[in-house]
Amino acid sequence: MDRKDVEGIASLARLELSEEEIERIRLELGDILHYVSKLKELDTGGVEPMPYPIDIGNAFRAGRVAPALTRAEALAGAPKTEGLFFRVPRVIEPGAEHGSNPR
Amino acid sequence: MSRPKDLCLLPAHATARLVREGTVKARDVVDSTLERIAAVDSKVGAYLKVDADGARAAADAVDRKRASGKPLGPLAGAAVAVKDNMCTRGLETTAASRILEGWVPPYDCTVVRRIREADGIVVGKTNLDEFAMGSSTENSAFKKTRNPWDLSRVPGGSSGGSAAAVAAGECSVALGSDTGGSIRQPAALTGTVGLKPTYGRVSRFGLIAFGSSLDQIGPIARDVEDAALLLRTVAGHDPADGTSVERDVPDYVAALKQGAKGLRLGIPKEYFPPDLNAEVASAVKGAIARLVEAGATAVEVDLPTSPYSIACYYIVATSEASSNLARYDGVKYGARSAEAKDLYSMYALTRRDGFGPEVRRRIMLGTYALSAGYYDAYYKKGLEVRSLLRREFDAAFEKCDAILSPTSPFPAFKIGEKVDDPLSMYLSDIFTVAVNLAGLPGVSVPCGLSMERLPIGLQVLAPPFGEETMLRVARAHEKLAGTAPEAPGI
Repeated sequence: MDRKDVEGIASLARLELSEEEIERIRLELGDILHYVSKLKELDTGGVEPMPYPIDIGNAFRAGRVAPALTRAEALAGAPKTEGLFFRVPRVIEPGAEHGSNPR
Repeated sequence: MSRPKDLCLLPAHATARLVREGTVKARDVVDSTLERIAAVDSKVGAYLKVDADGARAAADAVDRKRASGKPLGPLAGAAVAVKDNMCTRGLETTAASRILEGWVPPYDCTVVRRIREADGIVVGKTNLDEFAMGSSTENSAFKKTRNPWDLSRVPGGSSGGSAAAVAAGECSVALGSDTGGSIRQPAALTGTVGLKPTYGRVSRFGLIAFGSSLDQIGPIARDVEDAALLLRTVAGHDPADGTSVERDVPDYVAALKQGAKGLRLGIPKEYFPPDLNAEVASAVKGAIARLVEAGATAVEVDLPTSPYSIACYYIVATSEASSNLARYDGVKYGARSAEAKDLYSMYALTRRDGFGPEVRRRIMLGTYALSAGYYDAYYKKGLEVRSLLRREFDAAFEKCDAILSPTSPFPAFKIGEKVDDPLSMYLSDIFTVAVNLAGLPGVSVPCGLSMERLPIGLQVLAPPFGEETMLRVARAHEKLAGTAPEAPGI
């Protein structure tokens, strides 16, 4: 794994890493990936992947109106709000056709 | 009537009986517990937050309920500590992370609601490794928790605060959560009983998610009866958690009476490797011999994929974590970086400032395992190995009723000893992670002390929804070996 790989993953994960941390994580992930690569020794041909340990399907319920959190309760924990809304930085630049995403 | 001095040291079942019959008041239990916390928690550091006012008010309400002639619930007056990754209405919940510092949930998680309905008293929120990621509680963003048996050692983790609180008498009983051993391993290291239920047995609604296909909430207690009592209280289907199973909850406390006579105990050689710590091996083998003397039989079973379970776990758990932790984006709750200039920097800087090193490491590993080009080699392969692990357990349980092993490969280690070596820390969970991958129940019970007088844990596993069998074995062992003595470090 090289620096570019680490930077690419950090960007996917929306994590800002310092120069020093990029190098440390590069080494640590290298060690951990080397360790987990021993899974390749196992023959799993014809074995179904198991995402959950129990058989579960979708748990549907009827769409009924019922009491839920009030708007004030839902907004109470947010770092920035305005009126009835969560406040965030501008998502769509004026005149842009697509949402801005600098990376 | 004068208050018995050490109410805080009684198990919850004994406390609740005294409160129900009117011998003591719930308020006395809470006052005794708060005094104990005031006396010892500056040394132990089990709690992130003690809710003294809330606990006193809840205790007074239980006492008024009894005075008005209403019957009290099975946890009447018991002081319950709750790991700080479970939401408590009106009480700060942080998962020991800066990113949630100051966050006050607007609702109770289902297990806490059930404890309140059973007349248990929530006394506070306990420390953990940030987002339950760790095996020593050293990854908490806020404080270290020390092992009540030796204050220079870790209590295990990630539910180290809950285990230390139970061992130090700072609560009657506690809740932890277990994704790869986070209830059982700290229980083993603190001389307590820690039970991870079958996946789907207990609602996860309001538990801050780490690995959604692995996480389960369960009890940490000073004896097996308390573990059974707390499990019976919190278990059962919850419409708010689509992965909780619709299945009756047996009376786990009543099951304890049946003993272990006639049960077949599976001993997997893979869980007793030649380089296993000699004191751990000898204590666990002693426990097996005790149970055989009491009428159980020991049979050899094979779990050949076990040596791959840590590798499998760190793929599956980190993949799920990287997805679950995407929600900490600086928008709906918690902190937001003051330096944020635009949308991307709001995310990236908030997450840089809010997450500690181990959480960042796991998000990176999980994101990598799920990313294009690596998904099949890592994540899908991990899920296939997970199937193998489950199949092997299913085959082993054709030959036995329960499986016995050590819980942790070593007793409590020193604070700082493993903190710079993530892989060596991960290997603390070598005997516990396969259970989460396979969705099985497991319990750790004390089975002796090392030469340095540190507790050693016996792990008992059962097939899915086999908690009754597992608890029978645990109780039978406890009858022969006793509970751990009072922790000497405080």
